[in-house]
Amino acid sequence: MSSWNVNDQRIPQGRLTLFSYLSVVFVIFLLVGFWKLQVVQSGHYSDLAEKNGIRSIPIIAPRGAMLDREGRVLVDSYPSFSILLLRDSPKLVEKYLPEIESGLGISKEDMQEQLDAAKSEPRFMPIIIKPEASQADLAFVESHRPDIPILDLMMVQRRRYPYGEMFANTIGYVGEVSPQELNESNGRYRPGDIVGKAGLEKEYNGELEGTDGMRRVVVNSVGKVVRTLDNVDAIPGKPIQLTIDYDLQSVAEHDMQGKEGAVVAMDARTGAILAMVSRPTFNPNDFAIRIPPREWKRLNTDPETPLLNRAIQAQLAPGSVFKIVMATAMLESKVIPPTFTVYCPGYANFYGRIFHCDHAHGEVDLHKAIVASCDVYFYNVGKQLGIDRISYYANALGLGHLTGIDLPGEEPGLVPSEAWVERVYHHKWYPGSTISVSIGQGSVMATPIQLARMIAGVASGGNLVHPHLLKDDTNVKITRFPLSQNTVDQVTAGMYGVVNEPDGTTAESVKLKDIEFCGKTGTAQTMSYELQNRLGKHIKENGWFVGYAPRENPEIVVAALVQGAGWGSFVAPVVRDVVKAYYDKKNGQFQPPVSMAEGTPKADVSRSLVASAGAHHP
Amino acid sequence: MKDRPRIQDFDWILLAIVGAISLIGLLEIYSSTHASSLAGMQWKQLMWIGVGVVAMCLVSVIDYHALLDQAPALYAVGIAGLLVVLMIGYSRLGAKRWISIGGLVNLQVSEIMKLIIIVVLARYFAEVGTERLSLADLAKVGVITLIPVGLILKQPDLGTAMVLVPVALLGIFLAGVQWKHMAVGVVVVALLVPIAWNMRHHLKPYQQQRIQTFLHPEDNPRGAGYQILQSEIAVGSGGFWGKGFGKGSQNQLGFVPVRYSDFILAALAEEQGFIGVCVVLLLYLGLILRLVDNAQKAKDRAGMYIVMGVTAILGFQVLVNTSMVIGYMPVTGIPLPLISYGGSSIAFVFLALGLVMNVRMRRFVN
Repeated sequence: MSSWNVNDQRIPQGRLTLFSYLSVVFVIFLLVGFWKLQVVQSGHYSDLAEKNGIRSIPIIAPRGAMLDREGRVLVDSYPSFSILLLRDSPKLVEKYLPEIESGLGISKEDMQEQLDAAKSEPRFMPIIIKPEASQADLAFVESHRPDIPILDLMMVQRRRYPYGEMFANTIGYVGEVSPQELNESNGRYRPGDIVGKAGLEKEYNGELEGTDGMRRVVVNSVGKVVRTLDNVDAIPGKPIQLTIDYDLQSVAEHDMQGKEGAVVAMDARTGAILAMVSRPTFNPNDFAIRIPPREWKRLNTDPETPLLNRAIQAQLAPGSVFKIVMATAMLESKVIPPTFTVYCPGYANFYGRIFHCDHAHGEVDLHKAIVASCDVYFYNVGKQLGIDRISYYANALGLGHLTGIDLPGEEPGLVPSEAWVERVYHHKWYPGSTISVSIGQGSVMATPIQLARMIAGVASGGNLVHPHLLKDDTNVKITRFPLSQNTVDQVTAGMYGVVNEPDGTTAESVKLKDIEFCGKTGTAQTMSYELQNRLGKHIKENGWFVGYAPRENPEIVVAALVQGAGWGSFVAPVVRDVVKAYYDKKNGQFQPPVSMAEGTPKADVSRSLVASAGAHHP
Repeated sequence: MKDRPRIQDFDWILLAIVGAISLIGLLEIYSSTHASSLAGMQWKQLMWIGVGVVAMCLVSVIDYHALLDQAPALYAVGIAGLLVVLMIGYSRLGAKRWISIGGLVNLQVSEIMKLIIIVVLARYFAEVGTERLSLADLAKVGVITLIPVGLILKQPDLGTAMVLVPVALLGIFLAGVQWKHMAVGVVVVALLVPIAWNMRHHLKPYQQQRIQTFLHPEDNPRGAGYQILQSEIAVGSGGFWGKGFGKGSQNQLGFVPVRYSDFILAALAEEQGFIGVCVVLLLYLGLILRLVDNAQKAKDRAGMYIVMGVTAILGFQVLVNTSMVIGYMPVTGIPLPLISYGGSSIAFVFLALGLVMNVRMRRFVN
């Protein structure tokens, strides 16, 4: 066999045994090492382990844009960053709060408030502690990723209102979801979510808001993203196209600068709102980011109520505009002959009380009563009709109840009746009250949109359209309240006279060449003369003008209210300008008003979200 | 006295321990990978174990004396293989370790070399036959060992290269080292450390970094120190009882580096806690003690050296891997025998156990 010693059978038993003991010592040594880590220092490492973990970072879906009827962008979104606070570990939050406070300039109380608001949310969902981070904030978060592992950034789509105040009351604004909305949403919303709070933003929130996505990432103990677990993409909100016409809106805005009131322009055939202005107003961009509580309080308590959309929420005495309801009721009910005349000495006495008229109109028939707006004539009409007949026609013509426009918060106005006074005041109707109601004073109240709809309804022979802002041909609905041709002829002749006859209340000042521009003025007291005398001051009246064209089967109707205007005829030029703009556009001759020309947008055919917002006309 | 080695003479207690450790490995591989793109790894590992068991039986059949006879030839083949790897082997993960045979099996020659060095050194120590090794003997052992070590270092594969050294050291100890030689050795190592430290700039950048990382893991928590820190976090956060099977966040979220292989003990420590670690380490201790028992009962000195060569490698791997997991040693890429995922590693362990069975089965054979 081989040369080497195969049969050497001496086994070094002692050394082998020594090796066994050595093995035991090594195992004990290793176990001590594990004991130190797993038992002695376990808490320390558990803390570190907690810092390693999953982060769920929402991917915010951009809200849909709003376009005007010609596709011009009125509202869109732009990307910006929000700073997230990861609150998986309350201990870490506690620890880093002071550093974040100084680094980002957010007060501890603010952050605590945010944390409390999100208490019921799962802890792995981060909260937004600073929306709209500045460059300095971004730098702070990025540079402190390793030492403040509880901050992160999230790209958000911030709402942008390129025209600021211009459409504010109609379009509304967005803001962070309120605790109440949060509760009612059944988990749909999370704290810090942006939702429509007012106007169209609220009305069409469901369409405009998309579905947020979620990115789940694994981060290590120093806040570095190790890998992405999954990505659920955000579904962007749908854009909506409005019936609003930017050009008509800009004309109305221009005319309403510095005034208090509202303008509503509407397609008299379909109810499509072409322009809607309410003044004073606010800048919705202020809400797009978290609004400071002080600013919010100011807007809410401002006596000029900038948040009120006067076009649908100002319930005011319609004044002489109501005479169109009276004339219609008189002719349709046939209680009074169409040839009815009254002698107006400038006042009248009913039930022992003197009721005034502006002028001594002398002999007045229906046409002259409308054209010159004679109160005495309609006192007599009202007395003969009685409150319930007036109430019936007012209701039929859309007053006293909601028009159903697609905006939140519309007010119904008020049309008094015997039943109403008994229900609310528990007494019989005073016949004297009917006299006041006859000229649109007393307890009757209407909103600008109601008056626009009523005038269009009468002039079109009883087609009461349903006002709407969403451009969608399927939502054109018309409620019919058929009026006789004679009624329509007589009333519209009167309204034509208001504008075009020498003794019309507008004294031919707003006549339009080649356009059958008609309308009715209204001047409504906001306080009785007696009360004003007692207070020793004169409160200026609210001025109304509701105009339309052409005389029969009108295309456009515009209601304007200027509070404190003192006289309805001062309001008429606003309406005239809008109607003229409508026809100018039709004839291709439209010139934007001087102060508005600068920012006039181009049509955005592509409907992209961040498209031509700031584009100027060449 | 029997004439033929028989399968009944396998060390069933040893195999039971091996089976228990393998099962723990399979479960932990499953736990570490089931929720990731690597899911299903445990089946591959099971397949490797099956292949390993077959290989173990095959190795146990050939009389180890025959293997010892062929030791010089085996050594020559092994060295040649390592040279071939350096010349034509293909790279994976920045190191040339594999030879592709027929495009099917990727042969890691250095694993085979581990087996060869066991046999070659057993032959050498048996041949020396003395209880007091001379300096010349030590020098010869050194040369035999350091040639493959050098070649494997060239690949570069520090881990596998290191593993060969304890086979020689343990052999020297068992063969009868003189105290003065041992003392000199200790002094030389003590002197070499600072020299090696100054030579560190000649190391590969990744090796420099590993050393730097080991000495100061907190310097760069995002970079090289990351693995050790993450391993310690996993182990430490596991606590006494562990977080439960499949519930270790560090493991499941992939913070534990190569959690199914080199750092699988960290994953296990997180999920099974100190208790689980105790079970694993005591099983390994049982394995080592059982191997020593086999060595003590070997028929001849050569068989004893073979068994202890296997013991040296397995024991060293457990020690180094476990120390790495708790941050006592730098990252060297030495897997945990039978638990870490990997075909080469599993194949080696079962082939080595085949040698042990081989020796055991023949203890009563003439």
